[in-house]
Amino acid sequence: MAVDVMAAPVEHSRRRVLRWLGMPLLLAVVGISLYAYVSTQELDTIERRVLNAPGLTDRVIEHLQLAGLSTLVVIAIAVPLGILATRRGARFVAPVVLILGNLGQAIPSLGLITLVVLLAGVGFKSIVFGLVAYSALPILRNTMVGLQQVDQTLVKSARGMGMSAWQTLTRVELPLAVPVILAGVRTALIINIGTATLSTFFGVQALGYVIFQGIQLDRTPVLIVGAVMASGLALLVDYLAGVVEELLTPRGL
Amino acid sequence: MTSQATPMIRLDELTKTYRGQPHPAVDRVSMDMPRGEIIVLVGPSGCGKTTTMELINRLIEPTSGRIYLDGDDVTRADPDSLRRRIGYVIQQIGLFPHFTVAENIATVPKLLGWDKKKIGDRVDELLDMVGMDPSEFRGRYPKQLSGGQRQRIGVARAMAADPPVMLMDEPFGAIDPITRDRLQNEFLRLQQQVQKTIVFVTHDIDEAIKLGDRIAILGERSQIAQYDTPANILASPASPYVADFIGAGASLKRLHLSQVSSVELDTGCVTARIDGDAEQARERLRASERAALLLLDADGRPQRWVDAGDLSSTDLFKAGEPVGAVVESTSTLSEALNAMLTSNSGVAVVIDRSGAFQGLLDFETVMVAARSERDFYRAAKVPS
Repeated sequence: MAVDVMAAPVEHSRRRVLRWLGMPLLLAVVGISLYAYVSTQELDTIERRVLNAPGLTDRVIEHLQLAGLSTLVVIAIAVPLGILATRRGARFVAPVVLILGNLGQAIPSLGLITLVVLLAGVGFKSIVFGLVAYSALPILRNTMVGLQQVDQTLVKSARGMGMSAWQTLTRVELPLAVPVILAGVRTALIINIGTATLSTFFGVQALGYVIFQGIQLDRTPVLIVGAVMASGLALLVDYLAGVVEELLTPRGL
Repeated sequence: MTSQATPMIRLDELTKTYRGQPHPAVDRVSMDMPRGEIIVLVGPSGCGKTTTMELINRLIEPTSGRIYLDGDDVTRADPDSLRRRIGYVIQQIGLFPHFTVAENIATVPKLLGWDKKKIGDRVDELLDMVGMDPSEFRGRYPKQLSGGQRQRIGVARAMAADPPVMLMDEPFGAIDPITRDRLQNEFLRLQQQVQKTIVFVTHDIDEAIKLGDRIAILGERSQIAQYDTPANILASPASPYVADFIGAGASLKRLHLSQVSSVELDTGCVTARIDGDAEQARERLRASERAALLLLDADGRPQRWVDAGDLSSTDLFKAGEPVGAVVESTSTLSEALNAMLTSNSGVAVVIDRSGAFQGLLDFETVMVAARSERDFYRAAKVPS
């Protein structure tokens, strides 16, 4: 096997461990504090109907499903489009694709989702559709930028050695664009986690439902739990996406 | 087996015209490149030398004309499989940063579907060949290598599948002069082992002269101004353009290529046996117009210089002074000049392989040899 000469110096890796441990520690502290706070409160029946473990778990799952599924769909659409837009011979689609992506993001998220719901009706699928339209741009743009910034001499040298266009794309261009593309995926994921809270207006009970209930019923504990959980979930997902990003970045870069 | 006479690469009326450009970038270039030689394409920037090279592995598709590789017409062959038969090194080397050294070298063998064991052995063999310890470098990434090491890996990668032909586009261009000199020497030594047909692009005429078995000096639109051995090009540039391109240093460059035997030696020197009669020697010196006489030993090897005064001494073994600059007739004029300069004498004593005296080479003769052809072209360029 190859000798690992990439082993980072001790100090470097210690800093990395701190960086990787910092966020989970913070989130654990926030979570425990939240739990402690709610336990000290006398909850009335209305509050208890929203703030119970099975109910909240369902809210979180629903939220993650919305954000996760829409992000997967965006990846499936935007990455191939981004690749296409950077291929010689298909570069003319680049401006069109970018305009559509920009349009999606320029419209306020609530407005966009409302439009989609008006067209396609209330429901999980409509929300996913709206989220996809809203978060396509970062992945699309980052895929294009990531591929464009690959040193063209590497592409030339790959082709010159007899790699086909496809082999050059999959073995050289995409691996080298991975860090930039993943940064786009991470951004899209965060946008989706945030925007998914709005789904409560269209009959999907994600974490936005808890916040909305808190406002409607004028119950501060409910409001706080909803807000803190939505924020905490966004931070957790961002953190996990960062870890994945680091793990998937090819070595040697 | 194709016969030795078939050129490894033949370009036939090769032309590349870019859309929207009035003139072709490469205009009907025909060339035969013999197998096992280093063919250098040299010319000013923008002359189309890189384009010409990239037409060979069809990174650029020719507009018209034919390319033959080892007798086969490859103008319409599948470009990917064609390129796997041709090693390729560019100036930036183009090592893949996310591949280890071993993976980089294994690129083409992997494309060709070699098995793992064979690839591993080949990688180690190539690393040894370019003087890098496999166990140390195999697992490294390009960014952990120096410029010179990257360059070596680039060459190793191009040779991985043992292609008969290699294309090299200014591979030493981005390297400091001292390292470049060392890499060039290594490259020549390597070439002696592997005997590839190498097409080498550079804008540096000195590099061309040093490395090329044959040099094609290209003008605009890749037109061949002269295609010949370095010696012939330096000795007789085909046109003022070529003479101009060779540049001011051509005289010194030519001294590297011309042997002492190629110039006329002064054979009128008086000699005498060092164990002979001093009186007789003095007579012979007086009879000649010369100021000094060369004493030789029994085998004709030059020993000492003596003048008329020295010959009054009876012991000739101690008379006069020892000969300073001695060169073999196979030495280059450059070496002869160097010997003269270091020994502080205006002449070099030329000997043959056995060491016997052949004649004298004086400063003047070297000067004339260095200058002769050039002045002719200088004169021709002066407007009348």
